[in-house]
Amino acid sequence: MRSDLGKVRGLGSAKSGTEHFWMQRVTAIANVPLVIFLVWFIISHIGVTRMELIASVKHPLIAVGLLLAFASFLYHMRLGLQVVIEDYVHGSTKFAALLANTFFAVVLFATAAYAILKMSFGL
Amino acid sequence: MVTFTLPQNSKLTPGKNWPIPVAKNLREFRIYRWNPDDGLNPHVDTYALDMDDCGPMVLDALVKIKNEQDPTLTFRRSCREGICGSCAMNIDGTNTLACLKACDDVKGAVKIYPLPHMAVVKDLVPDMTHFYAQHRSIEPWLKTTTPTPQAEWKQSEGERALLDGLYECILCACCSTSCPSYWWNGDRYLGPAVLLQAYRWLIDSRDEATGERLDNLEDPFRLYRCHTIMNCAKACPKGLSPAKAIAEIKKMMVERRV
Repeated sequence: MRSDLGKVRGLGSAKSGTEHFWMQRVTAIANVPLVIFLVWFIISHIGVTRMELIASVKHPLIAVGLLLAFASFLYHMRLGLQVVIEDYVHGSTKFAALLANTFFAVVLFATAAYAILKMSFGL
Repeated sequence: MVTFTLPQNSKLTPGKNWPIPVAKNLREFRIYRWNPDDGLNPHVDTYALDMDDCGPMVLDALVKIKNEQDPTLTFRRSCREGICGSCAMNIDGTNTLACLKACDDVKGAVKIYPLPHMAVVKDLVPDMTHFYAQHRSIEPWLKTTTPTPQAEWKQSEGERALLDGLYECILCACCSTSCPSYWWNGDRYLGPAVLLQAYRWLIDSRDEATGERLDNLEDPFRLYRCHTIMNCAKACPKGLSPAKAIAEIKKMMVERRV
């Protein structure tokens, strides 16, 4: 029985969304050099031994580059997948999917960061 | 809500083939029919018209069918010159105005359906209630705090020119109902037509509620469901670009915080 305008106004404006929009663009721009760096890194290490690869990652520029790449890629991925979930998933499963999306990205980053740091510092 | 198949009561069934008139220049029209009173599923009726005895536009054909063959065929129309927006419908797969779409621009049979993903009132008439309420929600009128001047609110030629490409919108809803994002989230996403109207007031130099208007739009669903799919700009029978207007709103959102 709610009026049409009442339905449209709903719970009001969330006064957010611009941060998400902006960070998606920021990470997209950051991803351009980082993808080039990662592709270069992979191509230049085709066929090397495990120890040679670890020796490369010990270089601070390489280690920092890899950390930045995974941070930016995974943040961008989380933002993008969040949009997909909001578009297509409705009802209570939406909240579960949004949580799973965030946890998935954080776990992937933690794993990647641990691997890079372990190789870099040789712990 | 995303749906991959039509609900059971919306599935199309074969319809009636209406008698074919004796004529040389025949054209086939396949038209979506649904009557809320007969309890049947929607169906597609097939009509044939003598195009030597019919106006050039799809609306001319619809009027001729209603007048001469089937008075129960239901559709909205008024100005028949692209200014009222009443005869918006899906013709040959694209949302457009029946009065501006020439039959000759369609290859083969002319297929006519109501605007997509809207509740149907009857035949080609969609329920526009929610769409109009969304337009109302952006408060599409001049809002000022400064006392009203004795004469008109002044505007330079340049300021007035900013409204070109926006004021022409006739709210026919061709764009909004062509937008997948509006199909899936039309309950919360305002859609291209309403956002273009919102932008029309955001950049009006006379309006003093710009910040308040932006506050009202800054929402993951109201504004940011636009993913620049561009169906809106492709569908608009007036040649406007709601997608560009939405992009300008997003730029204003960023501009006021960086």
